[in-house]
Amino acid sequence: MEKRLNGKRLSKASRSGFINYGIVIAAFALIQILLVVQKLLGVTLVSNSLQSLLVPTCCYIVMAVSLNLTVGILGELSLGHAGFMSLGAFSGIVASFLLADVIPFAPLRLALSMIVGAAFGAVGGVIVGVPVLRLQGDYLAIVTLAFGQIIKNIIMVLYVGVDEKGFHIAASSERFNLAEDGTAIIKGPMGAVGVTKLASFTAGFVLILITLVVVQNLVNSRSGRAIMALRDNRIAAESVGINTTKYKLMAFVTSAALAGAAGALFGLNYSSTVASKFDFNASILVLVFVVLGGLGSIRGSIIAAALLYVLPELLRQFGDIADYRMLVYAIVLILVMLATNNDQLKALVGRIIPKRKGAASHG
Amino acid sequence: MSFLNNVITGISLGSIYAIIALGYTMVYGIAKMLNFAHGDVIMVGAYVCFFAMGSFNLPPVVGVLLAVVVCTVLGMVIERLAYKPLRAAPSLAVLITAIGVSYLLQNSAQILWGAATKTFRPIVEGSLTLVPGQLSVSYVAILSVVCCVVVMVGLTLFTGQTKMGKAMRACSEDKGAAQLMGIDVNATISMTFAIGSALAALAGVLMCSAYPVLSPTTGSMPGIRAFTAAVFGGIGSVPGALLGGILLGVIETFGKAYISTDLSDAVVFAVLIIVLLVRPAGLMGKYVPEKV
Repeated sequence: MEKRLNGKRLSKASRSGFINYGIVIAAFALIQILLVVQKLLGVTLVSNSLQSLLVPTCCYIVMAVSLNLTVGILGELSLGHAGFMSLGAFSGIVASFLLADVIPFAPLRLALSMIVGAAFGAVGGVIVGVPVLRLQGDYLAIVTLAFGQIIKNIIMVLYVGVDEKGFHIAASSERFNLAEDGTAIIKGPMGAVGVTKLASFTAGFVLILITLVVVQNLVNSRSGRAIMALRDNRIAAESVGINTTKYKLMAFVTSAALAGAAGALFGLNYSSTVASKFDFNASILVLVFVVLGGLGSIRGSIIAAALLYVLPELLRQFGDIADYRMLVYAIVLILVMLATNNDQLKALVGRIIPKRKGAASHG
Repeated sequence: MSFLNNVITGISLGSIYAIIALGYTMVYGIAKMLNFAHGDVIMVGAYVCFFAMGSFNLPPVVGVLLAVVVCTVLGMVIERLAYKPLRAAPSLAVLITAIGVSYLLQNSAQILWGAATKTFRPIVEGSLTLVPGQLSVSYVAILSVVCCVVVMVGLTLFTGQTKMGKAMRACSEDKGAAQLMGIDVNATISMTFAIGSALAALAGVLMCSAYPVLSPTTGSMPGIRAFTAAVFGGIGSVPGALLGGILLGVIETFGKAYISTDLSDAVVFAVLIIVLLVRPAGLMGKYVPEKV
C-alpha cells in the first residue's frame, strides 16, 4: 500500500514537471508565432511596450522560481533576493564588457556573462548563507534584508573601468584613477552606463528552461526531499541524520546562483542600470510573486510572475488606474494571505470551491 | 568639537530609533510577529501632524496629540483586520501580511497626499548654544532625548506595576497559561499595538522635526533601522530597545562622519550581522534554548 502510494506521488511530481516545461515552451512558441505573423502581415499583435517586457518578464520568472526554492521548498524567508540579482547584473555587465574584444559572437558572450553572473550570485549566496543559515525564522529574514541593503550600498559607491593599464576598481570617485582614454563601466551612484544590449527573448526562454531543470530535479531528488524534511520539521530531520547546514546551503546557493544569472540577463537588457533598482522593494516584489503563486508551487511562481509583472506595466498606460496599481497589489496580497491562512475563511472558500478528495485528506 | 557634535546628533537620532524600536519589541514580545507596517505608521503620524499644523494652524502640541490618537486607532484597526485572523497561522504568512499592510499604507498615503516630498515645519525651533560658534544642540534633539527617557521610564513602570502591564508580560511569557488565569489575550495584544502605534506617531513627529522631509516612503528606512535596533538590543526587551536604538544612532552618525556618507547603511547592517552571529538573541535578549 505504502509503496504504491509513493510511486503514484513520484510519477505525479514528474508529470507536473513536464507540464511546467510544456507551459513555458508553448508560451514561447505562441509569442514567436505572433511576432512572425506580425512581421509578415504588418499588423500589431504584440505592441512595442509589450515586446520590451519580454526579457524582464523572463528574468522575474527565474527570480520567482529561484526564490520559491528558498521560501517555499526550504521554508526560510529571504528578503534580500534582489541583492543577488544585483550582484549578477553588475558582474555580468562587467564580464560582457571585458569579453567584448575576445568573443565577438554575441550569444556566446551573453551566455558567458550569465555564467559569470550566476557565479557571483553563488559566491554571494555562500557568503550570506554560511553565517546566516545558523539563525532561524525572523532573524534570518532580517539578516537577508540587511545583506541586500549592504550589497546595494556597496555597488552604489563602486567604480569599475578599463584603460590601457588594465582593470580599475575603486570605492570612491577620488580614488578612481582611470586614464583619459579609458572607459568607465560602473560609475558609482550612476550605475552601469553604455551597456551593449545583448539580452534576447530566446536567451530568457533558455534561462527559464535551465532554471526549471535545475529546480525541479533538485526538488524531486534525495537532496530535495531532505530540504523539504528540514522545512517541515528541522529537529526530526536532524535526528534521522540530515545535515542541516549542507542542505540549507545547497538550496540557498542554488537559488542565489539562479538569481545571479537572471540579474545578468536583466542588466544586459538595458543600456544603463542603477543599483537602486535592486532594492528592498524589488525583493518584496519577487516575494509577492512567490506567495501569490503559492509557496512551493513552481508553476504558480511562473504564472504569477508572468501575469503580475506584465499586468501593472500594461496598466501604466491607462493614466488613472496606474496610480492605484500598487494599492490593488497590496490589498490582493493581504486578502490572499487571509483567505489561505484563516481557518474560518478557509472553510468559507472550501464550501464555495470544493476540494478534490486527495488534496483534502492530505491537508 | 566635531566629535562631541557627532555624539549629540547620534544620541538624539538614537533616541528616536529607540522609541520606534519599542513598538517593534513590544509587538514581537507578545504577538511573536514582525510588524513591518510599523515604519509606515510613523509616516502616517508625521503626515497627520504636518496637516494639523500646516492646513489647520493648530498649535504643535495639538498636532502631536492628534497624530498620536490617529495612529493609535490605526494600529488597533490594522491589528483587528489584518493580524488577528492570522493568530494561528505560520509566521511567514503573518510577515507577508504585514508587508502587504506596509504597501497599503504607503500607497494610500501616495494617493491621498501625493508622492512629492513636503517640508515639515519642526514642532520646536532654534537651538541651545553651549560653546558659541562651535557647539550647539537643537531643541528638537533635546526634546527627542527627553521624550525617549520619559517613554522608557513610563513603559518600565507600566509593564512592572499596572495590571495591564502585568497582563502583557504574562501574555508574552505564555499565552495559553495567561488565558487560563483570566487574562483577555486579544485585548492585551490590541493594547500592545495601540501603545506601539502611539509611540510610532511620536517618533514620526520627532524624526520629521529633526530631518524635515516628508514623503510616503519616509517611514520605511527608519522603520527598518529601528527594527535593526530592536534586534540589536535583543528583541522583546524594553531596555534592549533603548540600548540598541542609541547605539545604532551613534554608529550611524559616526559611520557617516568618519567612514562614508554613502556607506552608513552598510556599516549599520554589518554591525547588526556581527552582533547576531555572536549573540543570536541580541545584546540584552534572553537566550531560550530549544526544547525537544
